[in-house]
Amino acid sequence: MSILAKLFASFFQIGLFSIGGGYAAMPLIKAQVVDLHHWLTAVEFSDLVTIAEMTPGPIAINSATFVGMRVAGIAGVVVATLGNVLPSVIIMLILAKLYEKYSEQTLLKRILEGVRPVVVSAIFTAGLGLLQLALKSYRVPDLFALVVFLLSFIALNSRKIKVGPIALLGLGAIAGVGYHLLF
Amino acid sequence: MKADTTIQWEQKGKPPVNLRFFLKLFWTTFTLSMFTFGGGFVIISLMRKKMVVELGWINDEEMLDFVTIAQSSPGPIAVNGSLMVGYHLAGVAGALVATLGTVLPPMIILTLVSLGYKAVADNHIIAAAFSGMRAVVAAIVLQVSWALFKPLTHARKALPLLLFGVSFLALFVFKVNIMVVMISVILFSVVHSLVVIRGEEGR
Repeated sequence: MSILAKLFASFFQIGLFSIGGGYAAMPLIKAQVVDLHHWLTAVEFSDLVTIAEMTPGPIAINSATFVGMRVAGIAGVVVATLGNVLPSVIIMLILAKLYEKYSEQTLLKRILEGVRPVVVSAIFTAGLGLLQLALKSYRVPDLFALVVFLLSFIALNSRKIKVGPIALLGLGAIAGVGYHLLF
Repeated sequence: MKADTTIQWEQKGKPPVNLRFFLKLFWTTFTLSMFTFGGGFVIISLMRKKMVVELGWINDEEMLDFVTIAQSSPGPIAVNGSLMVGYHLAGVAGALVATLGTVLPPMIILTLVSLGYKAVADNHIIAAAFSGMRAVVAAIVLQVSWALFKPLTHARKALPLLLFGVSFLALFVFKVNIMVVMISVILFSVVHSLVVIRGEEGR
């Protein structure tokens, strides 16, 4: 099998079997990339995890791009990412079609309605985890993160201040750099 | 039977599907994905802010359904979620455009980073920018969860609140895997819905 075919097959499997988000995908990625194909060393893999946490996007896509680039350049990036996303695209298109067709049906409607509180608590839990992470950031004192958090929260809840999430993130980045340079 | 009463924003509904819309969909998913670090629930929160509140393309109930399905299916939540929204708005073409918009930013950024990743990982300025953004992300996600929590209390029913409380304890305090929690609640909801519907038919 050519290297591109191997990349595709490997990331297709990762895409197909990683149910439940980034942290569920991590062991699968390690098994394929480090243990099976030796595309990365264990140390490089831990660097990849650090980078994936710092950069936007799902860890599976980040890994596919990173590994693809190292193994086979831009062609590797495209093939690995495509392989990674393809299972999602196929499965989600089927589920989306079923949802649009049956979401008004009483039984499915009720089932999904029943699950909604759990999704809300999952988002709440994720938010608390992110807050803990933000307050633990080691380079800048905790008080800074707390102030930025509180100001953002107030801005988001205020009816007078109209600031989009992306703009607010930009302001957060500027504040972080400014604070770092000043103190 | 209720639910409709909780829609408090101005519902604009599905936009007309044309080239302009596809460009808008691409740009929206592209910019959201660009700022999604810290896990799939961050993009879900940003998606709610942008697509539910600002653009009015979908409503809160639909968004929560999409999250349920995205979370229970293989692949990243961010990709699955935007694919569902794209399909909902403009069929298969919409799904593919939204997926492309979501996948491209991490592809471009990681391609650049892989060329000199040590420099990025050890850069103090980048680390400082991220420490600021992390605090903002936490505020966005918590504000969104608060906005989604409020409608649960309007229905004045005990079960949704109980499910919220129990799943929160399981996820946050006992660190139960989210898939385990999701599947348990989906099974519970299937049984509960069947019982309720049978009860209504019996009357």
